[in-house]
Amino acid sequence: MSLFTEAFMTALLVGAIAAGIPLLLAGLGEQLSEKAGVLNIGIEGMMLSGAYFGFLIAWKTDSALLGFLGGIGGGMIVAALMALLCVRLGLNQIVIGIALTLGAEGATALLHHVQFSQSYPRLSAPMVFSIPGLSQIPVLGTAFFSREPIVYLSLALVGVFAYLYRRTYWGIALQAAGDKPAALDSAGVNVMLIRSGAVLLTGGLVGLGGAFMAIVGAGIFVPFMTSGQGFIGIVLAMLARGQPIWVLGGAILFGACLSLTTALQVAGVDIPTDVIQMLPFAAVMLVLVFLGRKANLPSALGAAYVRGAR
Amino acid sequence: MPSQPIVSLKGVTKRFPGIVANDTVSIDFFPGEVHVLLGENGAGKSTLVSMLSGLQQPDDGEIHIDGARKAIQSPHHALSVGIGTVFQHSMLVPSLTLVDNVNLGGRWWQNPDRPAIAARMSETARSIGVDVTPMAVTSSLSLGEQQQAEIVRALMRGSRFLILDEATAMLTPKDAEKLGLLMRRLVSQGLAVIFITHKLNEAVAYGDRISVLRLGKKVGAIAPDQLKSLGPERVTQEIVRLMFGHSEDAAPSAPAEAMPQQNADLGGAVLEILALEVDDSAVPVSGVELKIRAGEIVGVAGIDGNGQKQLAEALAGQRPVRNGRIYLDGLPIEDMSVGDRRKRGLRYVTDDRLGEGTVGAFPVSINLLLKQIGDAPFWRSGLESPALIAANARRQVVEFDIRTPSIETPAGKLSGGNIQKLLLARELTGSARAVIFAKPTYGLDLQNIAASRRRIREAADSGKAVLVFSTELDELIELSNRIAVMSQGRIVGIVDNDQSARQRIGEMMSGVAK
Repeated sequence: MSLFTEAFMTALLVGAIAAGIPLLLAGLGEQLSEKAGVLNIGIEGMMLSGAYFGFLIAWKTDSALLGFLGGIGGGMIVAALMALLCVRLGLNQIVIGIALTLGAEGATALLHHVQFSQSYPRLSAPMVFSIPGLSQIPVLGTAFFSREPIVYLSLALVGVFAYLYRRTYWGIALQAAGDKPAALDSAGVNVMLIRSGAVLLTGGLVGLGGAFMAIVGAGIFVPFMTSGQGFIGIVLAMLARGQPIWVLGGAILFGACLSLTTALQVAGVDIPTDVIQMLPFAAVMLVLVFLGRKANLPSALGAAYVRGAR
Repeated sequence: MPSQPIVSLKGVTKRFPGIVANDTVSIDFFPGEVHVLLGENGAGKSTLVSMLSGLQQPDDGEIHIDGARKAIQSPHHALSVGIGTVFQHSMLVPSLTLVDNVNLGGRWWQNPDRPAIAARMSETARSIGVDVTPMAVTSSLSLGEQQQAEIVRALMRGSRFLILDEATAMLTPKDAEKLGLLMRRLVSQGLAVIFITHKLNEAVAYGDRISVLRLGKKVGAIAPDQLKSLGPERVTQEIVRLMFGHSEDAAPSAPAEAMPQQNADLGGAVLEILALEVDDSAVPVSGVELKIRAGEIVGVAGIDGNGQKQLAEALAGQRPVRNGRIYLDGLPIEDMSVGDRRKRGLRYVTDDRLGEGTVGAFPVSINLLLKQIGDAPFWRSGLESPALIAANARRQVVEFDIRTPSIETPAGKLSGGNIQKLLLARELTGSARAVIFAKPTYGLDLQNIAASRRRIREAADSGKAVLVFSTELDELIELSNRIAVMSQGRIVGIVDNDQSARQRIGEMMSGVAK
């Protein structure tokens, strides 16, 4: 097969990681919210807010690190609204999630229009940290071991969350908050606190994913640039059945679909890009058809907790 | 007997909109005793439990713990003063192991020492003579095993006052018996246990002291020495008297009317039920045989939750029949839909007036035709005939004295009594042949109780066959020609409504009579 040349594979894998990291962070974030019983439809908005603030701060300070922190903060602003409205006040999670996404789309597009529509500033590419030795491996070295530090951090988060879920009281409390909040309450744990904390942390993770898109992926902020990737994160979380490692697997798979466009162009295959750009969404539908039924969601997902209510 | 109660309720009152759930209830709970709380649904048992476990706060009155006044602010606070509650519906997280259910509430960043906690759990379980599998995932265990684990967990958290809320309601008889023995062992170790149940035989078998609630009030109590000296049968009779008997303040008794004459000119059998079986996970119904003649009222007595609802719904067509026959005017109807049964003259007045009886947001006029939507003459080729619908509504509002601002008022805005009148109007007009009433006066005030009972009587007088399910024995004795007693999904006996009926029904309900 002449298609699978070294250039093609490298382009595919490099692209899969670049496109997969935002999906991974979105999926990990959604998984956290869902574990705690909050169906977080607002992550698309959190991601966009993270992308905007990440870009803004990275551009103003000329520091990718501060940009990432700004992205975390940007995601958390939207998440705080979600926690207030859905956890504290018990409003409908789906309606609020959609509202927050639409609100964030509008607000970031407006801010972008006011600030950058004349100049379209671009960020310089962030520093790459090559791991000595490993980065010399052909194909894999370039894709995995010669990346921005944020990539290593995101991959490490998979292990961190797997540990937290399995080995801490916090992991137990999260699962109880999603499965039977009344049991958690009667054990003397504040359900509101657990759920609000999970939603805020989700905002941070997803916001970081958005900032990654703007700072590492594109080097620029464009309105609506997340283009439904937050929603793919929701699908990833649903299919991962509470296991962070499966979020990683799904993120790389969908990331590969997203990067296939570039890779096929590198390989000189002549397929209309519109067809290739449909791939990730077709893949989502395919995966859902085959695996969607096995999704195992917490039983109190989407339901506000009110003490004493039956 | 220990001198000081662990927990005392002193004049505790709890109000909800439109209802007084607990009305100046005073009860003392002593260590070393199984204290049984008895009462029908709605008697206020669950509210009492919510207040003791910190889910709700009393509006009036005080809760004393070890002699000192305490306000129990939250479930956590209840635990810290030694009150552990095992709710009717399991409070274990199904997807976690038993150990992790015990672990709920540890410091968040710490790594729980699961083997050590499992060992402690097994040890606690052994000390009260039960066996648990700490590493088992909760959802893989039977309800009985889950309940034992909940009791073990409560003890591990230092509970010395254990509330078992309708603990046997979901258990198999064998598991229920195990739980009874476990309660005895717990109190022998000095704990106080509150056991809430519907079942009189369990109360007598496992209780040291019994308090009876009725309509939010404590209507009586049986002390330990009384319980011992009276013997099971006399105790049961006393409880039945307290729960169902006359008492001026608690029982709304409608104006006395003459008892229906026995075997007055009753017609032929209209509704006949043969060897009926109905599936249900909690209370399967089996072997029901009943024959109701035209003009006859047959009452079905029994403590709530003994299959009455299942039987009523199966007759109405809302629940599939597993086996057996239902004849209406000699024709089998058990495979017919709700609509077809209604067309043949079978009517069902549900006790779930807001849930399945009416659509709260629809106007009174449409609710009056809820089971005929789309039928002529009110709908023609799929289009409403507003004039006819309104005329029908106006007629029924007058005829059944439904107090509503207008026929366009949403039904959900009416009072309970008027919603019941609306249901009666809907079910009793037209060509009804047999009418089934489920708890027809449940939750109504005196006047509406009297009105409902009058309608039931009228239905029978006009030659319909009437079946009345009720937990109010007085009501059945006032209305019925014959009374059947239901227990655990079976009809355990049918008596003619004569002078000795009350006594015999009481015996059958409590399982004393053979």
